[in-house]
Amino acid sequence: MPHKTFFWFFFPTGLAMILFIGLPIVSSFFQSLHIENEQVLMEVENCDPFGCKMNVRVDVEATQKLKEENPLGRFNGFGTYADRNHLAFDEIKEAWNTSPTINEFKDIVLNLPFYKALLFTLTFCFAVTPPVIILGFIVALSINTLSKSIKGPTIFGTILPMIVTPLIGSLVLFWMIDSQGIIGATIQILFDDPNLSLKASSGLTWITIIIYGIWHNTPFAFVVFYAALQTVPQDPVEAALIDGASRYQRVRYIVIPHLYPVATFIMLICLMDNFRVFEPIIGFKAEGVAQSLSWMIYQDLRNENKMLFGSAGATSMLTIIGIAILLTPVLIRTWREFKTER
Amino acid sequence: MDSKINKYSKELIIINSIFMLFWLTISIFPFIWTFWGSFKVKADFFSRADWTYALSGFNTLIETGATTTFKAYIESWTEGEFGRATINTMIVTISVVSISLFLGTLGAYALSRSTYKYTFYILIAALIFRAMPHITLVSGYLFPFFQLNIWGILPTTIIVLVAINQPFTLWLLYSFFKTVPKELDESALIDGCTYFQAFRYVIMPVMWPGVITAGLFSMMLAYNDFTVTALLLNQQNYTMVPKINAYLGTVEHGGNYMWAVASVVSATAPLFMIVMFFQRNLISGLTAGAVKG
Repeated sequence: MPHKTFFWFFFPTGLAMILFIGLPIVSSFFQSLHIENEQVLMEVENCDPFGCKMNVRVDVEATQKLKEENPLGRFNGFGTYADRNHLAFDEIKEAWNTSPTINEFKDIVLNLPFYKALLFTLTFCFAVTPPVIILGFIVALSINTLSKSIKGPTIFGTILPMIVTPLIGSLVLFWMIDSQGIIGATIQILFDDPNLSLKASSGLTWITIIIYGIWHNTPFAFVVFYAALQTVPQDPVEAALIDGASRYQRVRYIVIPHLYPVATFIMLICLMDNFRVFEPIIGFKAEGVAQSLSWMIYQDLRNENKMLFGSAGATSMLTIIGIAILLTPVLIRTWREFKTER
Repeated sequence: MDSKINKYSKELIIINSIFMLFWLTISIFPFIWTFWGSFKVKADFFSRADWTYALSGFNTLIETGATTTFKAYIESWTEGEFGRATINTMIVTISVVSISLFLGTLGAYALSRSTYKYTFYILIAALIFRAMPHITLVSGYLFPFFQLNIWGILPTTIIVLVAINQPFTLWLLYSFFKTVPKELDESALIDGCTYFQAFRYVIMPVMWPGVITAGLFSMMLAYNDFTVTALLLNQQNYTMVPKINAYLGTVEHGGNYMWAVASVVSATAPLFMIVMFFQRNLISGLTAGAVKG
């Protein structure tokens, strides 16, 4: 296809992507270099019968004017990245110098907002992915053995957790595990402890969100495994059967090796998608004990009157760096596939 | 031989059926439970005293005089203005699907037919774009949108969702167009068609299976979106998902809680219907290798 024709065919979608995906990233970066204007203070003399006092007040007019002149705020360089809510270099240095044991140092660092969120995000990513792969594989094997007539409805039932949006999915589960919902109440009766609640401790909340993550992601792994199972070559399976291999042996030594590349693919996608975990935290009302990087950005932006563009931009950039690290293996993989195709 | 491979022992069938029932319970039961509970009052759906109240509708009977009630539905659709959110969702979903399919088919067709090296780099760039968390993009939108005074309205959200959706649509349709034989449009070109005519008269009639799949995914993205709609729309223009979240945000008012339950059912029911019809497309789309990224 000539360059010119290609250009006109591709122009609309390319423009949309540059304007609304490429530019926002740049804009985010610029925002992260700025910080909100300081309020303009002025000294006012307040006189009453007992004498005069100098008071410091916020000059509303001047603050407003400054905001209008310079809506993005003042230039701050990489200051926002280093502040307490992000990488917190000073705090870490201080903690390193003052804390006597490594554990205490760890405690201090992991209580800083950014590191706390990073810890949860990574825990979620790495706790959800392995069970998703194993469970997805078992479900795929299991559905593959069903008779044709019930396969369709079963697959439909299986993929439901994936097609609802994470917010609704987590709400539906949250209502059940609520201390007054069906599962929550049953657990209380089972353990005979009226105060036991999955919301009570941060550990339990983390586990709940991780279970939700497994519930939500397994259907995706299932679908990909199920499709891959249809491509397993039948000849080696037959040969193994003739040689007397049991069903377990056939799965273990023929099917699983065939599915290895698919499993790595699912793992990479899962890690990348779960790195942006955010909606379950809102659905489970877990803001208090579990924060993720995406949630931090949302928190900076949700208040219409006081949006912290600088802070949100800095967290966004740091999140993108995290995504880039997770994305590299995917890119290398795609690159190789393309090279072999050509 | 084939029959023997697919023959299963009795024990295996039993274990398998038990596992399948167990799994389906986990994946479906929460939805059935919510559906059932949406016809009860809050005291039943969240009944600490006895969970069987939720089945029998004990408190519902006391409060409303019947064991099932449509109160939550009626109130959320009238007082809660859920109808408005539904209309907004419909506008957003239909626009996003049609615009992103229009842009996507043109772009993906060009990508699949061009033999130059830059197509490869474009596809890699699309993969990177696809991986960007939506919330980081939103943090980049807000400031310029406020400055341009286009924040809070539906068209902005629609165009943003279309753009966010493009990388995935491109990949999906790209791998689909690769399966359409080149000879088809090449012969049209030899007969004197322009590229656009070849696309219009030769490719368009055969592209619908791929387009339906891509449309399904665009629909799910637009319909399910929370991040973009919650932050880019103002309260009056909220679509269904942020609206449900808004019900929960307002004071712990008993009625509102059930509004959210009823709206969750109202919002998921159409989605499940559509997926039931297009299940085959959904699965083929997920496995087309297009999910890369």
